[in-house]
Amino acid sequence: MRWTLLAIVAALALVLSVVLGPAAVPLGELLRSDIVWNLRAPRALLAFLVGGSLGVAGAGLQALVRNPLADPFLLGLSGGAGLGAVVAIALHLAGPWALPIAAFVGALAALGLVYRLGLIGGASLDPRILLLGGVAIGAFAAAITTAIVSLADAAELRNVFLWLWGGLSGASWDSVLLVALYAPIPLAVLLAASRPLDLLALGEESAGYLGADVEAVKRRVYLAASLLTAAAVAVSGVIGFVGLVVPHISRLVWGHRHRSLLPAAFIGGGALLAFADTLARTVVAPRELPVGVVTALIGVPVFALLLRRWTIA
Amino acid sequence: MNPLLQLSGVRYRYPGAERDALTDVSLSVAARQFHAVLGPNGSGKTTLVRIALGALTPFVGRADVDGRSASTWPRRELARLAGVVPQREDNLFPQRVRETVLLGRYPHLSLWGRERAEDRDAVDRALAACDAQHLAERWLWTLSGGEYQRVRVARALAQEPKLLVLDEPGMSLDLKHAMGLFELLLGLVETQGLGVLMITHELNLAARFADSLLLLDAGRPVASGAPSDVLTQQTVEAVFSWPVAMQTVDGRPQMIPLRQPKESRA
Repeated sequence: MRWTLLAIVAALALVLSVVLGPAAVPLGELLRSDIVWNLRAPRALLAFLVGGSLGVAGAGLQALVRNPLADPFLLGLSGGAGLGAVVAIALHLAGPWALPIAAFVGALAALGLVYRLGLIGGASLDPRILLLGGVAIGAFAAAITTAIVSLADAAELRNVFLWLWGGLSGASWDSVLLVALYAPIPLAVLLAASRPLDLLALGEESAGYLGADVEAVKRRVYLAASLLTAAAVAVSGVIGFVGLVVPHISRLVWGHRHRSLLPAAFIGGGALLAFADTLARTVVAPRELPVGVVTALIGVPVFALLLRRWTIA
Repeated sequence: MNPLLQLSGVRYRYPGAERDALTDVSLSVAARQFHAVLGPNGSGKTTLVRIALGALTPFVGRADVDGRSASTWPRRELARLAGVVPQREDNLFPQRVRETVLLGRYPHLSLWGRERAEDRDAVDRALAACDAQHLAERWLWTLSGGEYQRVRVARALAQEPKLLVLDEPGMSLDLKHAMGLFELLLGLVETQGLGVLMITHELNLAARFADSLLLLDAGRPVASGAPSDVLTQQTVEAVFSWPVAMQTVDGRPQMIPLRQPKESRA
């Protein structure tokens, strides 16, 4: 029942994002339209893949850092990716892939630094330090980003600013294919960690006594979730709140067993971002809002409600 | 046959600590044996559990589970042999009793497989053994302290282990629930042939139920063996720094703490 409902919601979100848009395409010509095939379809699919990846990454990281309010971008990746993107823009690097690659490299650098910080206490990866280290590295990268931006000219500034709020206007079949080939690997790693993640909710010691190889699980989950987030940020900028709100809502409906939670967070995250992107393209057409603005406008009130529920419970 | 658990001459010191947490500790738990470890706060009892189950590796000496060095066991295999009820644990997410007991089946499940009928049966049997079937659909946070401990024992039993290790399970339990828990454990030892290792502060309960005691003081073994040999007035007074009187109930020693004489009160 709930899976059927979720499938319907996801299908609806995808159909809407293909049907709706600033250019009027008659329904009869939908399947023959270039706008649909070359712009809307890849964009809808990319939104779905990115949203799904952020949903799963968020659910995994929340279990890892034992904090149900963690967002995948809390761990410093957005700062690193933003810095990479800004450097690419400031250096006038050309080509359609310059920005994604620079952002991806920036995210990986932040990932590596945060991971190293997480191991600062010795051989054991400390999730609390991952969280604090992520915030610190993110702030540091943001400071350098701002320093570079303050020296940039106005047009570049606007590009940087819009990029930081996320957008899927760069979507193409190439980027869909790239994400479709890349994402399944970290997704499979996270799904395979479903049961150990259930156990981690009891604390590391109990999880170990119930058969989880805790160190290996923590490392795998951190790296897989971060690599998913890094790819998402590379193709679509920083899209907040999907990775926070979607796992939460999924937990309310599917409970805390990651075997069902992670797939539900993928489909739910995909549907939410496809829907948000449709709004971003249409509400101020022919102009476009950064999709991160839409997810934040939807996400923050939902988050506030969840927060209230959490503190009562 | 190998004992389920064997520590021989174990010595351990936490990184940066001033003194050893454990010095020259030996211990053996076989099937059908109820073994209790006693000692004041900070005497190394929880460290002993961690070493016994391979979470820490001793500097000197050996810790073996079923004849194999504890720290070399793959965690999943070890979890099928030894069920543990740790001292502390907090559930990050709200959970129902049946769900949390089902976690005990995880070491038996394959990577992608669903839980099978035999797993659900094991959960039901574990709940029944702990007299907790009626709690199955309750949320954990609605349970009393005694009910929660029984559920945690049920989770360890759902692992279908040969060895059960409990770290201060009697804390915060009232008389009925503390006695009930010890009766339950002794029943499991007698009917299912489990080996039990229990860390506890409850000297009297341990003396009543366990076959064998180990008394630790500042990481050193002070006495070990049958309760009547370990819990003598002299030993208890020396280790716990308090005057006591000893009595015998059911052939087991029982300790009664005495008031201090007026003139020595500061």
